[in-house]
Amino acid sequence: MRTLKFLLQKEFRQIFRNKALLRMMFMTPIIQLIILPQAANFTIKNINLAVVDLDRSVYSQKLINKILSSGYFKMAAFTPSYKDAYELIEKDKADIVLEIPQGFEHNLTRESSQKLSLSVNAINGVKAAVGSGYLNKIIQDYNNDIRLEWMQPSTINQIPTIEVVSSNWYNPTLSYYLFMVPGILVLLVTLIGGNMTAQNIVREKEIGTIEQINVTPVKKYHFILGKLIPFWTLGVIVFTMGLVIARIVYGIIPLGSVALLYLFLSVYLLAILGFGLLISTYSETPMQANSLTFFFVQIFNMMGGLYTPIDSMPGWAKFITEIIPISYFIDVMRMIVIKGSHFHDVLMHILIVFLMGVILNTWAILNYRKTT
Amino acid sequence: MSTITLNNITKTYNKGATLAVDDISFSVDKGELFGLIGPDGAGKTSIFRMLTTLLLPDKGTATVVGYDVVKDFQKIRGIVGYMPGRFSLYQDLSVEENLNFFATVFGTSIKENYDQIKDIYEQIEPFKDRRAGKLSGGMKQKLALCCALIHKPEVLFLDEPTTGVDVVSRKEFWEMLKRLKEQGITIMVSTSYMDEATLCNRIGLILGGKILALDTPAKIVESYPEKLFAIKSSNMHQLLKDLRINDTLLNCYAAGEYIHLSFKNSSGENESLLTKYLQEKGQTDLVFKETVASVEDCFIRLLGNPDGNSN
Repeated sequence: MRTLKFLLQKEFRQIFRNKALLRMMFMTPIIQLIILPQAANFTIKNINLAVVDLDRSVYSQKLINKILSSGYFKMAAFTPSYKDAYELIEKDKADIVLEIPQGFEHNLTRESSQKLSLSVNAINGVKAAVGSGYLNKIIQDYNNDIRLEWMQPSTINQIPTIEVVSSNWYNPTLSYYLFMVPGILVLLVTLIGGNMTAQNIVREKEIGTIEQINVTPVKKYHFILGKLIPFWTLGVIVFTMGLVIARIVYGIIPLGSVALLYLFLSVYLLAILGFGLLISTYSETPMQANSLTFFFVQIFNMMGGLYTPIDSMPGWAKFITEIIPISYFIDVMRMIVIKGSHFHDVLMHILIVFLMGVILNTWAILNYRKTT
Repeated sequence: MSTITLNNITKTYNKGATLAVDDISFSVDKGELFGLIGPDGAGKTSIFRMLTTLLLPDKGTATVVGYDVVKDFQKIRGIVGYMPGRFSLYQDLSVEENLNFFATVFGTSIKENYDQIKDIYEQIEPFKDRRAGKLSGGMKQKLALCCALIHKPEVLFLDEPTTGVDVVSRKEFWEMLKRLKEQGITIMVSTSYMDEATLCNRIGLILGGKILALDTPAKIVESYPEKLFAIKSSNMHQLLKDLRINDTLLNCYAAGEYIHLSFKNSSGENESLLTKYLQEKGQTDLVFKETVASVEDCFIRLLGNPDGNSN
């Protein structure tokens, strides 16, 4: 126990003396949590719209006004022909072309039906899909408006209509921050926990102090605990900072139990530190450890379910998300913070991540023995 | 009673492709200052790492204070001090913190064993709050030695402790080793500086993973078989060129301000014939005399002729 105490004392002393490491550890979460969610926002705004109004009537003007007043669209240009508008798309000046055919008002009032044409620049898939979705919704609305206008009060009840009213459970205003901030926090804890542990041990390898320790009677488990405990503590501190930032900057208050969040965090850090430890046993220099971590963090980033829903991934990708610990934490974070899930809801997650922690740490320790 | 013994120790790297230590056997007595002398890549560090239980030998057995390096590695770790060739203490911890840390991991304290390190520690004490990484080369070595000594080891392994250290610090360092030896600590040291060899009780000349010679420095020097001569002239560069094409010579090489050489046969006419030859070549201010072989001469001879035969 005395040895462990001194190993820990040494470790903390080194951490607090490493100004660059401290800065990175505490500034990164603050900056990333404040900047990243604001920038990486899925709410599509400023869709450039080119309008080809061949009708130039009151109705077409009304429609255009309605579209622009929604706030999502920016008028890129009024063009006299579709050809000119298409050129704008080619130059990337317009994202969507709305073509209002000649006789739009005439046909609408006389024949009660009319067609509009939308051409969408699908190079940016998300913008295209969301943009044309918005536009369709607005046009539908517009359609309803004019129908109401024309209908005789007596006939209102004669046409049955189904109106869909959706209510968003757990996130009623569909706040993007509520969805993203907890996820980004998980990514940060993962990055800091995994990378710092790997870097630290590999550094000892590089400067040779690990050999110096190896010739002493210090036990392997002392050494490993001496590494895991400090970084576990740092992980908890960073996570706490993240929660505070989420509360102050975004007003996100976990709906569920904060204690449950920390319980999961404790187990999760065990797995992630084991992961860092494992990387350190396979690398000789900090550079190698960095490359390895970078490779895995990319996978965590794209496949953890942070940006894209796991359910819409292909089967093999779903399998990968099932074997990386980060997807469980992102899930649990959202369940507890947004939905207010209880212990028995996340029990399975806890057990799986705990098992991962046991596997990663055992693997790392076995491999560490083999190499010395 | 031998403190360190090696029996047919062999170590290879890269799955047998690189032979680092080739079937080496020798022993070091208690209280002895033993030097392993050899160039870089001779296998010195591999031997050190096997004896300090950091590396497993492929073949053979070795013991330190009677403990087997493979089976009783935990026991050995408690009673040996190891100072690797590269400075490997925590550079971001201060002198005192490093020392305190290593004392603690060995289950002791600075206070308890202060007398062991007093002589050396006093020299670096003025800098005890300085980070180890900011010390000068000589100071680093002293600190590393303190850290290796803090638990009163019975055996001290020093792997190239004076490489990259200035002449004065090297001298001081060997003075310290001498004092430690007087305290009864068995010391095994490696170096590539030949002049340090004479400061050891016994030395082993090692090359290519093999021990070429093993004896006291005096006996190794005595065993130099041929007469050794030293020669110099006003044009040393040309002199060496002229000597190299002379076929009566066994070898010739620059050694300080002289060129050392020896003849293939021990005929008495050798000297006068060579002088005549060199004068014909236009060499002036010739100084030609017999000299005593040094450890370096022995080593160079063994390098050229690893079998030890004179021809």
